[in-house]
Amino acid sequence: MTTVAEVHSGKEALSAEQCLAIHRVMVRARAMEERMIQMSKSGEGYFWIGGPGEEAFNTCLGLHIKKGCGPDYDFLHLHYRNAATLLAMQLPMLDAVRQAALRVTDPHSMGRNFVGHYALRQYNIVPVSSPVETQYAIAPGTAIVQKRHGGDGVTVVVGGDAGSSEGDFATCMIWSTRPGQELPVLMIVMNNQWGISTPMRSQHSERHIVDRGEAFGIPAETVDGNDPIASWHALRRAFQWCRRKRHPFMLEASVSRLHGHSSSSGAVRVRDEPDCIALFEGKLQSAGLLAQDAIDDAWEGAREEAAAAVEQALREPEPAAGDVYRHTYAPSGVDAVYPDDYTGLPE
Amino acid sequence: MATLVQAVRMALHYGETYLGVTDILGEDVGPPLGGVFTATQGLATAWNTPLDERGIIGAAMGIAYAGGRPVAEIQFCDYGFNTIDLLKIAGNQRWAGAGNYELPLVVMTPSGSGIRGSLYHSHSFESWASRLAGWKIVMPSNALDAYGLMLSAILDPNPVLVLLPKALLRVHGEQLIPGEPADQEYLKQLIDAPLGDRSNWQPRWPDLDEYLVPIGQANRVREGTAATVVSYGRTLPLCVQAADALAAAHGLTFDVIDLRSIFPYDWSALSQSVLKTGRVLLVNEDTEVTNFGEHLLRRVIDEHFYELEVRPRVLQGRHLPGIGLHQTYERNSVPQLAHIQATLQALATEEA
Repeated sequence: MTTVAEVHSGKEALSAEQCLAIHRVMVRARAMEERMIQMSKSGEGYFWIGGPGEEAFNTCLGLHIKKGCGPDYDFLHLHYRNAATLLAMQLPMLDAVRQAALRVTDPHSMGRNFVGHYALRQYNIVPVSSPVETQYAIAPGTAIVQKRHGGDGVTVVVGGDAGSSEGDFATCMIWSTRPGQELPVLMIVMNNQWGISTPMRSQHSERHIVDRGEAFGIPAETVDGNDPIASWHALRRAFQWCRRKRHPFMLEASVSRLHGHSSSSGAVRVRDEPDCIALFEGKLQSAGLLAQDAIDDAWEGAREEAAAAVEQALREPEPAAGDVYRHTYAPSGVDAVYPDDYTGLPE
Repeated sequence: MATLVQAVRMALHYGETYLGVTDILGEDVGPPLGGVFTATQGLATAWNTPLDERGIIGAAMGIAYAGGRPVAEIQFCDYGFNTIDLLKIAGNQRWAGAGNYELPLVVMTPSGSGIRGSLYHSHSFESWASRLAGWKIVMPSNALDAYGLMLSAILDPNPVLVLLPKALLRVHGEQLIPGEPADQEYLKQLIDAPLGDRSNWQPRWPDLDEYLVPIGQANRVREGTAATVVSYGRTLPLCVQAADALAAAHGLTFDVIDLRSIFPYDWSALSQSVLKTGRVLLVNEDTEVTNFGEHLLRRVIDEHFYELEVRPRVLQGRHLPGIGLHQTYERNSVPQLAHIQATLQALATEEA
């Protein structure tokens, strides 16, 4: 059935092969998130927060990452809705599920943190933390090292529209544009129009959040984050600017929030916001690239993968009481009390 | 002998020359000023940041994540309060992140009273900091310890907060730092930036050696039998003075313990001394609700209640919104020599 070479969105196009690859990751991410929501309700997990509605943009983000460890590669300061980004970076679904299942085998947090709170040194993913926007204050630091080091590594920092109200957002713009010390920071705002229950338009009057960059001379784009083809190209341009120019760029993606803020608000499916996967599947079908049975197969395969990951994770050990102190401190040759790790109060 | 702030500067020079320090950053830290207390004059890796404490801590964290070894300065600890959630993340990231990252980050900041600093240049920070699990917190009371603790802080792969007692920054040490010239005027000529135009000035660093004060190791600076007094920072030399005066006047001798590390603290040194004397006074100038000294007091009571001869004491700053500029306010807000001496004498002479 694959007959067309590329798929169009407005004036932009993407190869059929790339579109199909993006679609597969989007579906896998959604299937995983939906299974995790079930986990939070069934007792297999405890809490859910994630990115249904952000898969189009986040998948394309992951596919643009130069992944690796150290300043030669991109650094990622993510928020907690970036599951699709990690899958696009070919990280296993099982690792995300291990965190949702609170297993000690969870490589991101040993079952300590909420799902979506990644930490992976081998791919420069610095620990995601729940306070929104602190990542914008930390990001300039990794970019300082990258700029000094040379090469084309970029610091990517992702947050939401609500969190952009915090001062750390301004910190990132100021520190990334110190005269003569500009930094290769890609500032991404995922605008879902919500801060938990508060509509963005009840609190913000700026037309676009990235308009604030103009005062600092930071080039910016807004993109329909529900459109993977548009997102792909916006990201391509943004990365190209940061990699080559070694200056910051701002990108604001309008996205949906398809299961509310988190399981704390029920994580019920929202019906009145566009679904990027349904939209993309319609486009791929219209282009004659993907038949309904192929779509069904993709979903079935993704759901099986998610189910298998959950089954596997639940067979793995939970944290034990003896794990409470682990990894508080790195071993230190100059500490008389904790030469290895924390062991409780000094004795 | 070097002053405490000169010792910090020499430690930072040693750190950037031999221990891999990549960035010394903060407000007014780079040239031309080299720090409002001169702690960073003439350093090769010192640079000025925007007036943005959250940015300073955040950027230093990012530098550390990416493999650098930063030393960040918060100009006065009084201005560090808006960085608390970043400090919290710096402390929890390794634990929360299953040990993925080390964060070799040093934050130094002047702390405490004693320079007529009024409300926002007199705060203490150690009680707040002691709640930041994942951090190590040290506070020297003399130049040599400042040098040795700063080098340890730099070498430690975890976040370390170095609290510098403001009142003691310009106090000369009594012991030479290894490699330091004995003549303090000569040292000044070598490493202190001149007043006025310093655009062509370069420091001439002495050939310093490594000297480490292990984190978590207290120093018993006086030995005695009448009671134990535990302190750090500005109040430590006052405790020594009080102990010496009571020894001269009344023949009362004291174990005076300079804690040096707030966390991890040297429980073993404190505990052994309390077991020996059965009497203990804990002194610091942070406000009394809720004070780090109270934690030590709790452990003393929990673990040594039946070995105590008299009730243990804590001398601390009053629970007040700030320290007022007039000296009457300051003298009556935080422990002074007379308070310490009177409390120590009462502790030593109370009938068991």
